[in-house]
Amino acid sequence: MDPSAKVKVVLLACGSFNPITNMHLRMFELARDHLQDAGRCDVVKGIISPVGDAYQKRGLLEAQHRLKMARLAAETSDWISVDGWECVQPEWVETSKVMRHHHAELMTSDLDQVDAERSAKRRKVEETENISSFQSFSDTSEGEIELKLLCGADVLESFAVPGLWKEEDIEEIVGRYGLVCITRSGSDAQKIINQLDVLWRNRKNIHVVHEWVANDISATHVRRALRRRQSVRYLLPDAVMHYIQQHELYSAESERKNAGVVLAPLQRCTMTF
Amino acid sequence: LDRVDLTARIPLVLLACGSFNPITHQHMRLFELARGHMHQTGQYEVVGGIVSPVSDSYGKQGLALAKHRVTMAQLALRTSDWVTVDDWESQQPDWTETVMAMRYRESFICKRSKKCVDSALKYSTMFFNVKFQMLGKYHLQGAPQLKFLCGADFLDTFRVPGLWQNDHVEELVGRFGLVCISRDLLFKHRQNIFLVHEWIRNEISSTEVRRALRRGLSVKYLLPDSVIEYIKEHNLYTTDSELKNKDVDLRPLTKQALSDC
Repeated sequence: MDPSAKVKVVLLACGSFNPITNMHLRMFELARDHLQDAGRCDVVKGIISPVGDAYQKRGLLEAQHRLKMARLAAETSDWISVDGWECVQPEWVETSKVMRHHHAELMTSDLDQVDAERSAKRRKVEETENISSFQSFSDTSEGEIELKLLCGADVLESFAVPGLWKEEDIEEIVGRYGLVCITRSGSDAQKIINQLDVLWRNRKNIHVVHEWVANDISATHVRRALRRRQSVRYLLPDAVMHYIQQHELYSAESERKNAGVVLAPLQRCTMTF
Repeated sequence: LDRVDLTARIPLVLLACGSFNPITHQHMRLFELARGHMHQTGQYEVVGGIVSPVSDSYGKQGLALAKHRVTMAQLALRTSDWVTVDDWESQQPDWTETVMAMRYRESFICKRSKKCVDSALKYSTMFFNVKFQMLGKYHLQGAPQLKFLCGADFLDTFRVPGLWQNDHVEELVGRFGLVCISRDLLFKHRQNIFLVHEWIRNEISSTEVRRALRRGLSVKYLLPDSVIEYIKEHNLYTTDSELKNKDVDLRPLTKQALSDC
């Protein structure tokens, strides 16, 4: 097969990452395996984009900490990186706009730059580990580059929650860019796609990836365990666990943060009506 | 403020037997969950954990060589300050009954109990910032007890005909005791069986990991990077390796059949 014919894909994961867990990182691995399996895609980059503080979710830690933890977690990956653009914005940014931003970035930065970033990351990882040779793709002919939103089934389900998403935003995310959804139950995902017209129209742009190994490490569970001083070891990278201990993050007090505050997306939707 | 508990606690060592083919994050989670739970009972202080990979003569399909399984477990537990790997069982020429493995370890612990408790204190205070700063405040009474650590699926093996001798089950459960990590709360807490509820679904079975490896899929974040590197380096889990011991009876079954004669 001609490798130059492959579509280059960049995966973007948005969310609280409060804190990042091994499950978040697994989603990237599963998505890449799935997309590359067909042989038509080359997943060249993964981006983790933590949401800004203005999202006002209950118990949401300051972005600086969430960003730092995500960076520590991505350190051992040679293709996943963390981007702080979204979380330094003063206002909450709709996911469609975050995608627009990253898409524009990808279009303006040439492939060589993405390639250079990846090889730099690879070199960094190689310093500590022995990872086999890095295949450059900038020497292949200029292919198309696609940005896709990587998410769990919960995001797919949230599309059906009234007032949380604007339909044109869903249309833009799924129609213009594309969605990769990791789920434990493929049938549930198909059900939601069937229920929502906007998803059904764009079903060819939605990749449902079945997760065979149950690895449902929700950040909510991790925070609860931390509050109760139970071990969270092996649920998130050691570097992240040490950071949490060092800064004494996640207490009963931090969990009360934003309690009773309406989530930014809901506020915004109410305002527009 | 945390209540300072000055009552005496029984020092406890947890032993987990199994294939560890290969060891995954889930295996190590079992230890973390068990320690948290046993500590919460207020009766016990877990001072150590032991991973004991089964020997090659176990005869399980796809079982990689013991030296590899032991090395992988050692790599994985390099960052743990309280769980260690013991290769005694893996080096036995024949499969060792679980009870025998427990008896061996018990005599070993009794001999070394002083040393064991001291080093556990040292290690624990070094690493865990909150709970174990208090460890020194507990009065640890006597030599450490030994309990068997297992997942809920282990309890099902008691029901497999020919797999267990009754007196072995009695000794394992009655004399030693089980700490069993379970995902549902159907089981009732019985005497000397401590059931630990696992709230976080994280069923990373070695079978799934081997399947992914055979298919060339990523297993990153399911087991430590050091173990993944080792597997790649030694080309461990392939379609060929999975055929090893195919159609061979598990050693516990043949050994038991002999003793029944």
